[in-house]
Amino acid sequence: MLKFSSNTLWLLLLAATGLTYWIGESGQMGHRSIVPVSIIFGVAFLKAWVVINDFMALRQAPKLWRHLLLGWLTFVIGMILLAYQWGLHG
Amino acid sequence: MSQPNAVTEIPYLAGDLAVWLIILAELLTFGIFFLSYAFARTFDVALFNASQTTLDLNSGGINTALLITGSWCVVRAVQAVKRDASAVGVRWLMAALVCGSGFVVIKLIEFSAKADAGIDLSTNSFYMFYFLLTAFHFFHVLAAMVFLSILLFKTRAGRYGSHDVHELETGAAFWHMVDLLWIVLFPLIYVMR
Repeated sequence: MLKFSSNTLWLLLLAATGLTYWIGESGQMGHRSIVPVSIIFGVAFLKAWVVINDFMALRQAPKLWRHLLLGWLTFVIGMILLAYQWGLHG
Repeated sequence: MSQPNAVTEIPYLAGDLAVWLIILAELLTFGIFFLSYAFARTFDVALFNASQTTLDLNSGGINTALLITGSWCVVRAVQAVKRDASAVGVRWLMAALVCGSGFVVIKLIEFSAKADAGIDLSTNSFYMFYFLLTAFHFFHVLAAMVFLSILLFKTRAGRYGSHDVHELETGAAFWHMVDLLWIVLFPLIYVMR
């Protein structure tokens, strides 16, 4: 498994934030399309994954805790995307 | 054939069990708020989209970077204290508090600008969610800063080191949770249209 230093992870998280900001700022949003919304939440999922596994150090924690937090993340982001998709047909 | 060099890591939960139970409760509470926003939006997409364009994406983006950087500083502080470099740990904790303070200042400017524009909780559904979610999160940032300040003084006093980082890891877990929540909140409230 690849193992990044906390410095590298920090830079990756900043770059991911920059991508989300750019998508918001460049007029990609607001066109009733699930694609850019999926991208920004895909990026948010990866960022949160890093925070949970590496910053909160749950990678080496009992599996229950890691699964609880990653399960929460997956459920919340999945439901947000479902709600967005639902809103497109409203 | 067994591998003589293979090391079995013993599972280790960084921080007190109580803080992890609190984190779980906070995530569930915020999760309900996030999904309430996402589904309430479906009933009036046009209103939510129009209101969202009045938010300052720059301050949302900078605040995301500040919380991520604050989290990284706390990771570095714990790493330093674990190798008995407490003075270095103190500097990283101070840097994390600077990031937290920056977040607070930017958020207050944002709230103040909304108040000046006559926008409050009762303006419409979007702003009700915006104020409730971001203010609730804001108070969590303040609480995390108080915890971190206490840990900073204790670290400076030499209370933690390779022999004991339990309290420091407990505070760090709460700090990271505040970052984790904002990572979902930022695209949801500021970007998604």
